[in-house]
Amino acid sequence: MTTARSTLAAALAPATRAALDELLLSMADDEFVIGFSDSEWTGIAPLLEEDVAMSSLAQDELGHAAALYALLAEVRADRRDADAIAYDRQPAEYRHARMLDHGRGDWAMTIARRFLYDTADMTRLDGLAGSSFVPLRELVNKIRREERYHVMHATAWLERLAERDGEPRERLLAALDELAPDAATVFTPLDGEASLVEAVVLAEPMAALEARWRATITPVFVRVRLPMPPAADLTRGRTDHGEPFQWLWGEFTSVRRSDPVATW
Amino acid sequence: MAVGRIHVGPAFGSGGDVVIEAVAVPDASVEAIRSALADVADPEIPAISIVDLGIVHRVDVSGDGRILVELLPTFVGCPAIEAIRSAVSERLAAFGRPVDVAISFEVPWTSERITPAGRRHLSESGFAPPAEPEDVRCPYCDSANVAMDNAFGPTLCRSLFYCRACRQPFESFKAV
Repeated sequence: MTTARSTLAAALAPATRAALDELLLSMADDEFVIGFSDSEWTGIAPLLEEDVAMSSLAQDELGHAAALYALLAEVRADRRDADAIAYDRQPAEYRHARMLDHGRGDWAMTIARRFLYDTADMTRLDGLAGSSFVPLRELVNKIRREERYHVMHATAWLERLAERDGEPRERLLAALDELAPDAATVFTPLDGEASLVEAVVLAEPMAALEARWRATITPVFVRVRLPMPPAADLTRGRTDHGEPFQWLWGEFTSVRRSDPVATW
Repeated sequence: MAVGRIHVGPAFGSGGDVVIEAVAVPDASVEAIRSALADVADPEIPAISIVDLGIVHRVDVSGDGRILVELLPTFVGCPAIEAIRSAVSERLAAFGRPVDVAISFEVPWTSERITPAGRRHLSESGFAPPAEPEDVRCPYCDSANVAMDNAFGPTLCRSLFYCRACRQPFESFKAV
C-alpha cells in the first residue's frame, strides 16, 4: 500500500503545509462555485445539446471539488470531512477567485467566464502536474484529462459568439468587459506561495503562471479580434465576494443548513 | 492512494465458537479475487465488467487476511463509483473475509485500460470504444462517416455521435 495522505502532509514543513491548505481550498472552492453556477443552466440552456453539456461540465467540476475537499480533509487531519469543509463556512471564508462572483448572467457571460476560467485552471493544473506532493500530483493528472474537454468546449463557443457580428458579439464583448477587472483572479497570489514553490509542490509563482496563461489565450483573442483582459487588481484577495455570491451561498447551503446531520 | 474506505463484511477477529461452514469458502488468492471481480458489471453499461473496463487497480490480501481492492474511477466525479464499491464488496463477501474497497488516483484511468474483450463488448452494445473524435467509427455499420453531435453525453464518460451512413445515433466513450 502507498503511504497515507495525512502522513505525507505531516512530513511537510509547517509553512508549506499551511500554504498547501490555502492552495487546495482555493482550487476546490473555484471548482465548486463554477460547478454549482453552471448547474443553474440545467433545463434552461439555449440548446438541448448545451443543456447536456453544461450539466456534464457542472458534474465534472463538482466531482473535482469533492476530490479536492477530501484531500484537504486528510491534509488537515482535524476530523472535519469534505462535506463540512464544503458547506459549513460563512461566505467570507470561501476562497474562490473573484472572477466567479459576477452571477450567472446571460449565455455570453457564461461562455466568457468558462473560457477565462477553464484556460486559467488548465494553466494552474499544468503547474501542479509535476508536484512533489504525490496525492495532489496524482489527482491533477487525472483532472487534466477531463479539463481538456472543457477547454475545447469553451473555445468553440467563444469563437462562435465572437465571429457572429451583431447581438452575439456585442453580448460577448459586454461580458468580457464586465469580467475584465477580475479576469486573471485565478492567479491571485497565495499566502506562503514561495514556500510551495521552494518545496516544488507548485512549479512557479502565480504571477509566472498568469504570464503563461496570457501567452496561451492571446492567439485565440487575436484570431477573433477580442480585447485581452487587462492586468487584474489582485489586492482584493480571495475573500471579498459581493452580492451574487451571497445568493449562491444561500442556495448551495440550504439543504445542509436545514439538517446538518442528515445522511444520504 | 486511498481517498476513503468502506468496510463491508463480517467483523474481523471476533471471538466466539468455531463454525464449520456448510458451503465451501474459496481460497482468497489474488487470482481468485480478480476472477470473481470479472462477475461485477459496470452499472451504467452492464455489458462490460469492471475488470474489462480496466478500473480494478490493486488487489491484495494482507497478512491478517483482509482483502483490499483499489478502484480507478473513469472520471473523478463518476457517481456510479459508490454503487461499484458496494457491488465489489457484495461479490467478495463469498470469501468470508473483511473487504476494503478504496478509490485510487495513483495512476489515471485511461481509455487504453479497456481490454480487447471490453472493447468488443462495448461495440456489441452500441457504444463506440474510446478514440479521438476524428477516429470514431459507427458501432453498428463500422462507417467512419460519423459526426460528433456533442462532446458531452448522458454520463461523464460518453459523447454523442451520429452515423451518416446508417443514420443511427450512438454514443462513444470519451478518450481520456
